[in-house]
Amino acid sequence: MNDIASPSAEPASPEPADSAETLLDLRGIDKTFKRGSEEIQVLQKLDLQVPRGEFLALMGPSGSGKSTLLNLIGGLDRPSHGEIHVDNHRIDRLSDRKLATWRARNVGFVFQFYNLMPVLTAARNVELPLLLTRMNGARRRKHVATALDVVGLSHRVKHYPRQLSGGEQQRVGIARAIVTDPQLLLCDEPTGDLDRKSGDEILDLLQALNQHHGKTIIMVTHDPHAAERASRTLHLDKGRLNRED
Amino acid sequence: MIHWLRQIFAILSFSLRTLPQRKGSIASALFGIIGVVAVLVGVLSIGQGFRRTMEVAASPDVVLVMRSGADTEMMSGLQREETRVIASTEGIVQDEAGPLASSELFVVINLPKRSTGTDANVPLRGVERAAYKVRDNFEILEGRPFEPGRDEIIVGRGAALEFAGLDLGNEVQVGQNRWKVVGIFADDGSISESEIWTDASLLQSAYRRGDYYQSVYLKLRDPAEFTAFKDRLLNDPRLQVRVLRQGEYYAEQSVLLYNMITGLGTLIALMMAVGAVFGALNTMYTAVASRSREIATLRALGFTNSPVLISVLTESVILALVGGAVGGLLAFAAFDGFRAATMNWSSFSQVTFAFEVTPDLLVKGVFYATAIGLVGGLFPAVRAVRQPVADALREA
Repeated sequence: MNDIASPSAEPASPEPADSAETLLDLRGIDKTFKRGSEEIQVLQKLDLQVPRGEFLALMGPSGSGKSTLLNLIGGLDRPSHGEIHVDNHRIDRLSDRKLATWRARNVGFVFQFYNLMPVLTAARNVELPLLLTRMNGARRRKHVATALDVVGLSHRVKHYPRQLSGGEQQRVGIARAIVTDPQLLLCDEPTGDLDRKSGDEILDLLQALNQHHGKTIIMVTHDPHAAERASRTLHLDKGRLNRED
Repeated sequence: MIHWLRQIFAILSFSLRTLPQRKGSIASALFGIIGVVAVLVGVLSIGQGFRRTMEVAASPDVVLVMRSGADTEMMSGLQREETRVIASTEGIVQDEAGPLASSELFVVINLPKRSTGTDANVPLRGVERAAYKVRDNFEILEGRPFEPGRDEIIVGRGAALEFAGLDLGNEVQVGQNRWKVVGIFADDGSISESEIWTDASLLQSAYRRGDYYQSVYLKLRDPAEFTAFKDRLLNDPRLQVRVLRQGEYYAEQSVLLYNMITGLGTLIALMMAVGAVFGALNTMYTAVASRSREIATLRALGFTNSPVLISVLTESVILALVGGAVGGLLAFAAFDGFRAATMNWSSFSQVTFAFEVTPDLLVKGVFYATAIGLVGGLFPAVRAVRQPVADALREA
């Protein structure tokens, strides 16, 4: 584990310990928000490389820029300055439409509050990203069944979110994230709304997806216990990557 | 394209499934749209019914001749000699009794309305025997035709319904005479049904009109010969007349009131529509706000902006169409066939007519509702797609 960097010190190296192929490469990222006439700098000259197949945890206090960084990586937001390359494609200059298509093909999102559609069954929720593909109904159903099987919810296919526990809902969320077989999973506090037992089950699942299915996972979390499951942990403070565990 | 449509369908289908959760705001928007369309269709049905009454039974072969320069029969005057010249002009249908041309005069009498008891102007028309045959759809519903030379009248069914004392067998005191009601007639809902008819010669003497008439109604052998017939009359040095098809005359008479009713109705509906647009806006803003996380989630998953925009707009238009259809049906149920009387400013007498909710009006109502839905849905739809995804996810 590296030392904690002092505020005056240079930011800790965001490069991974091994020399595996880089999937994600962020260079000189600044992100500024405007609140009235005031400008708030959330991320400052941030560099980050994530190799393919890594399970990276991003920690830090509230307002440190974790979720902002995750949004930039996922193409939900754009940096004020800097470049974002994913799998050797620069995504920060894509149009909204191309960025949406890129997200559909390359990223799976897992949200803290699951973000399931309450009027759709588990299977229909998982099917949503597949509606953006050219798959026919039969193939979509097959993929949905596989994804729900991977997360251990084959028996809950026709249940609505309100009929599922929090842990089960998050598993549906994970199934939705992996159903298109994206290379990158972005998880924003995936256990933040769950009790310890359910949270551990979700972390087991994410670990399995990383280790057995080769998914590159970036997880934002407050919880050190959750971060322990990651292969690397980076700490964000005041918009800078300060520490690497 | 297919998965673009699939996106629209997917978003729309679960938007519609959330309708029960938003029934309050949806009901208020629906009421607004139903009200606008019902009022629009209802008011326009007045104009439509009035125009139909004025124009119906206006056969293309029926011609009206008045004095040159007269805009209405009230302003016209023709001597008996002139009416004879007109009736003997080439081109008029003949039957065993002679040409189908009825020289007529027209006075306005006062009778109390059944509904309010207040006096109103009623046209009393003096006609000749050909009048029944000139008007194709004329029929005696009850009783019999009046006998020429006797103080007898027949009453149009609209007038009989609207004015007191015009029941079959009653006697009505008008001027110096007491007139007996011997028949009730119909004329396919035309303006004639608002009139009382009697023998023209008798009316001349009762009202001291001498040997004057005001118009001649006649039936042409062939409608296509109208221009030639008109030219014959206009070129006759013994006559100074105006020659019109019956339809043209009725259209002229109805245009003022029709335009007024239609203009007023559209104005009222436009003002109500502004309110309904706000209702629709409120509903759709609520819909978008209550689903902002769902919409943001879909956009995060890769759904593009245009399907989101179109689906929000479509939902708004679907609601508006439902409101429009219900409003139209309501107007149909409430107004179609409803009988009323109004002043015909061209003859200063009452015209009875039935409101008429036509398919055209219903289409207009639905079109109006669609416009309300589009305007009401547009801003919320734009808001739904312009809000940054990251912000919307954070808000939720």
